[in-house]
Amino acid sequence: MAKVFIYPINSLILADLVERFGHKPLTMMSQIREKVTSLSLDSPPLNITPEDPKLGLKYAAIEVPAGVRGRMSLIGPLIEQTEAAIIVENPPTDFGCVGCNRTNELTKYLVRSKGVPVLEVKYPESDDEARDFVNKIATFLESLPKEKSEEDDKAKNEKQSEKEGKK
Amino acid sequence: MTETKKEEVTKYIVISSDKVLPSDAAMKIYESEFPVTVKETCFGLIVSGAKDDVQILVEQIRQLDKNHIFVKDRGFPPGDERRCRASRGGGPRPGFHFLREEVEMLPAIGAALDELEAKECVTEKCKKKCRLKTSDLKKVIEEELAR
Repeated sequence: MAKVFIYPINSLILADLVERFGHKPLTMMSQIREKVTSLSLDSPPLNITPEDPKLGLKYAAIEVPAGVRGRMSLIGPLIEQTEAAIIVENPPTDFGCVGCNRTNELTKYLVRSKGVPVLEVKYPESDDEARDFVNKIATFLESLPKEKSEEDDKAKNEKQSEKEGKK
Repeated sequence: MTETKKEEVTKYIVISSDKVLPSDAAMKIYESEFPVTVKETCFGLIVSGAKDDVQILVEQIRQLDKNHIFVKDRGFPPGDERRCRASRGGGPRPGFHFLREEVEMLPAIGAALDELEAKECVTEKCKKKCRLKTSDLKKVIEEELAR
């Protein structure tokens, strides 16, 4: 199971296809969940702390707007875990949490320069294009290794040690 | 002894099927008796609960119409005041616009997945050496004649 970065980072279609073909999608939603459901609410409503833009400094310079750095503090850790990526060009809308085009450009640049296998496809606008889109993604995902990741092994080992501890 | 709280997850189940309605999927979840929160929406369901429960339920729902039911994670729990329209004075919630754009493309994606599945079945069949069924031969002839 490979960790696959997707762009647009909150895409339903891509997240579903990646999961469907047996891999783990790296999405914005999981990062947001950690932010909004953690108990220590430092700065309501979204739990963004002054530390977040500082974390973003790892990916963007100080002159860059704080919004970009704030977004990168969520997206950056995902890029670090990336083992493969699917980038969809010209998605229909670029608003909401992926609305910042500078962040999008930086994200795509970082993913491309990471040296992992990247599939770049165009957003489908007709049935034929959709067929081509799904076929390309399926072939790409099937070419990725399906072995269990190190994290799964770690989690298993931890569970086993917990069981032994209980005994 | 304090018990650690299980990890809670929320998932969108987007239904773009001719056979399954969001209400059917919701009924299926109620029947399963898992302790999860279900919210029916215009495009499908929002399911929230313990990670393992939600994972099992999502797989069960997906099996109702495998290639036409799509699932993704959601950051905010259902009814969260920061996103809920009831407390924000109406209007679409942030993030809905992108979902709506993608939902329009789902029938085509579903059809493409159907085709992909059919192709895989054919290649699997080809691997096994067996006699050609008359029904398959009939299909081949009809396809050739239709050209």
